[in-house]
Amino acid sequence: MIVSFGHVLVLSGLLFLLGTVCAVARRNLIMILLGVEIMLNAATIAFVGAALRWHDMEGQVFVLFIFAVAAAEVSVGLALIIGMYRRTGSIDPNNFNLLK
Amino acid sequence: MTLYTILFYVLAVVIVAATVLAITRRNMVHAVIYLVVSFFGSALLFYLFGAPLLAALEVIIYAGAIMVLFLFIIMMLRDVNLLEKLFPLSQWAPAAVMAVVYLVVGTVLILTDPGARAPLTGAVATPREFGRFVFENHWLAIEIVSLLLLIALVGALYLGKLSRKSAAPQSEGKP
Repeated sequence: MIVSFGHVLVLSGLLFLLGTVCAVARRNLIMILLGVEIMLNAATIAFVGAALRWHDMEGQVFVLFIFAVAAAEVSVGLALIIGMYRRTGSIDPNNFNLLK
Repeated sequence: MTLYTILFYVLAVVIVAATVLAITRRNMVHAVIYLVVSFFGSALLFYLFGAPLLAALEVIIYAGAIMVLFLFIIMMLRDVNLLEKLFPLSQWAPAAVMAVVYLVVGTVLILTDPGARAPLTGAVATPREFGRFVFENHWLAIEIVSLLLLIALVGALYLGKLSRKSAAPQSEGKP
């Protein structure tokens, strides 16, 4: 026995909360994207723990897809950040107010 | 308390501590380095949970590719580290209170649920059987994901070209 399943869920929930705090409280686009990455990582931990809990590989397959989506999301997100930085000279989301 | 149990708690403490340090850094390079430590911890956790292939992929994709991409972008931007004003305390205090309430309620719910008290017993999905399982049961999803990655590549290239074209006249006008 390694540990009870509840402790894995608590760890994953705590990490998800930290990622949410980072995405909500920081005023810096790169840190917001990092917060999203932390949240995705927390979800993968929960999936791998569940795969071990029920001895079923479906959970691990889902983690594979989460990796792919995270890579796609981060490449497009960083390209958008670079575009907005070239346009406004800043990565503070408060400065992106062209529609006001 | 077996050796695996102790390892799990040590890894959990390292992961949470590195993540807390990462999200509180002012300097984004430091934050990314702390996150690399956190992702290495997650990779070890995956190995402990019997997913060696996913552990390797976590190191290669998350700690390797994604974090290095972040480092490149941070180094391309000039002096953005300096003044990041945080929100005033009165603005984020309600959010913090709600987060703590969520954490306490979630922890109590999970720890009192009898289904969550089930012990995890060791099992290893070797890369060979994991690969067979993926390509026998989920080959269509793999193809769709490969298409998604291609679209992300094309989208990132297009966005890069678009912003360079639209930004060029502005940068010429600046002294």
